[in-house]
Amino acid sequence: MNLSQTILGVKFKNPTVLASGIWGITASSWRRVARSGAGAVTTKSLWLKEHKGHPNPVIISTEHWTLNAVGVPDAGIEKAREEIGDYMKDHPVPLIANVIADTVSNFAKTAAEIARLKPDFLEVNISCPNVEDEFGKPFACDASSAADVTKAVKAVSGKTPVFIKLSPNVDNIGMIADFCASAGADGFTVINTVGPGMAIDLRSRMPILSNKVGGLSGPAIKPLAVKCISDVYRATEGKFPIIGTGGVLTGEDALEMMMAGASLIGIGTGIAYRGGEVFRLVTEEMEDWCEKEGVKKIEELVGSTHKKLRIDN
Amino acid sequence: MSSQIPIQNRLPKTYPISKVKQETEMVKTITFDVSFGARPGQFVMLWVPGVDEVPMSVALDDGKKLQVTFFAVGDTTRKLAEFKKGDLVGIRGPFGTFYEWSAGDRLALVAGGYGAAPMYFVAKEAVKDGCALDVFVGARSKKHLLYLNEFGKLQKTKVHVSTDDGSAGLKGFNVTLLQQFLAEVSTPRLRTGSTADAVDRVFACGPERMLLAVSELSHYRKIPAQLSLERYMKCGFGLCGNCAVDPLGIRICTDGPVVKNDLLRKITEFGKYHRDSMGQKQKT
Repeated sequence: MNLSQTILGVKFKNPTVLASGIWGITASSWRRVARSGAGAVTTKSLWLKEHKGHPNPVIISTEHWTLNAVGVPDAGIEKAREEIGDYMKDHPVPLIANVIADTVSNFAKTAAEIARLKPDFLEVNISCPNVEDEFGKPFACDASSAADVTKAVKAVSGKTPVFIKLSPNVDNIGMIADFCASAGADGFTVINTVGPGMAIDLRSRMPILSNKVGGLSGPAIKPLAVKCISDVYRATEGKFPIIGTGGVLTGEDALEMMMAGASLIGIGTGIAYRGGEVFRLVTEEMEDWCEKEGVKKIEELVGSTHKKLRIDN
Repeated sequence: MSSQIPIQNRLPKTYPISKVKQETEMVKTITFDVSFGARPGQFVMLWVPGVDEVPMSVALDDGKKLQVTFFAVGDTTRKLAEFKKGDLVGIRGPFGTFYEWSAGDRLALVAGGYGAAPMYFVAKEAVKDGCALDVFVGARSKKHLLYLNEFGKLQKTKVHVSTDDGSAGLKGFNVTLLQQFLAEVSTPRLRTGSTADAVDRVFACGPERMLLAVSELSHYRKIPAQLSLERYMKCGFGLCGNCAVDPLGIRICTDGPVVKNDLLRKITEFGKYHRDSMGQKQKT
């Protein structure tokens, strides 16, 4: 069973994508993840200038969930040029460059610099929940702000498709996606981490994360992600590709997200649960399921739950 | 790599320190009355609430208690050095790979500075498996030598000492002692190019320059070696990617810290640079 798709002119050998913020700081790491079977890789969020993250502990985990407040550390644009430039020499699988900034104009500046490096897609991180102390509410929590960033990035991104990474921590994710679509977004990444959440150590009575709170990911958030993907797909009438992300561990998780409306499947925290092989494993599990269920083309699954609901109604 | 991650505690929980031992002027060993089932070479993340969390090699885990030996050099370890019996420290782990040997092996252990702590854990366990050990302990000076008494009490263990200033043992590097030793034990077999019968494995833990020398020497002598590599770590279980090395992209928290020499020699940044907390290259 062939799981390849062409999305906005870019060919993906399978739907799995390394999610931003996980493993992907260097060209070597992107290549390593590509070798382990990912259909595409996403960079960790790239800043114009260097940005220090939070002190440790920044990532803690149980069998059900992971909390992170790494604080989006990055060495700035020079490092991005070096690493992306290096990766693009052989470019084993598509590269999605994730950008972040503190203001609308800095989003545009960062995106302009990164777009010049010719990544396959730009992904705009307007939804990180663990830098609120520094920057206030994420842009993704307000439809107009999200649209402003989208418009500013689209103005400088040239032919590179722009995906907006949305926050689940809103009550109107569909409307926010719709605003971004009107502002020129080419696709969406749904969702960033949930919360933030908090974990407390009993003996010391202290919050464990140095930042006290952090974004929630891992298996616990999958149903939320499925709902958000479904909302965005419906609000944008299935016209925009969605990278569905949040708690995917298995091929069945990935297929569920595709039925909700995702074309590609981001995997991040899943690496902590199944190792670096998770991309290959998820792909094989999807192939097995599709073969058994008689699915001919993977595209027919995308948004199929919505089609089913329409027919039944 | 197996598709299932082994059981690790990834959520820190605080435990009271049960014992503090001053090893040298700057080095202490702290004990906790809890076991994490750690193997020699593995590390734990130690959380000093309100300060930071740092990776530390396990100096001992005997199924009842856990020990770490640390050098008070950074903000976190300096704070930890002020801690007394009863103070709370968070622990999660164990993480990473460990040293591997076969029963009855003849092992050469190379320990530089506070690398002596995890090497003592190796030695203690390997002796139980009937291994014969030659331990090469190096430090700046006599007062910085660690675990000499402990090594000295082990069966079938010979300790070789070097110091930078010559205040104990050879004046110079422990790798020089290792070089001389390997030359002596392998002379009869030089013609075949194999020293496999003389020394089965070389294990090393210490500063990267020392590791580089051990790596070169073991490769030249065709002796399998396992070396413990240090990189900036945040999560400890393969998510953050901060400890990924060039050009392989493998994460030292999961594919290390103990790396077999064949793999280590493919890590081109080894001995040259590492990355800081923002992923920026820094010269080693």
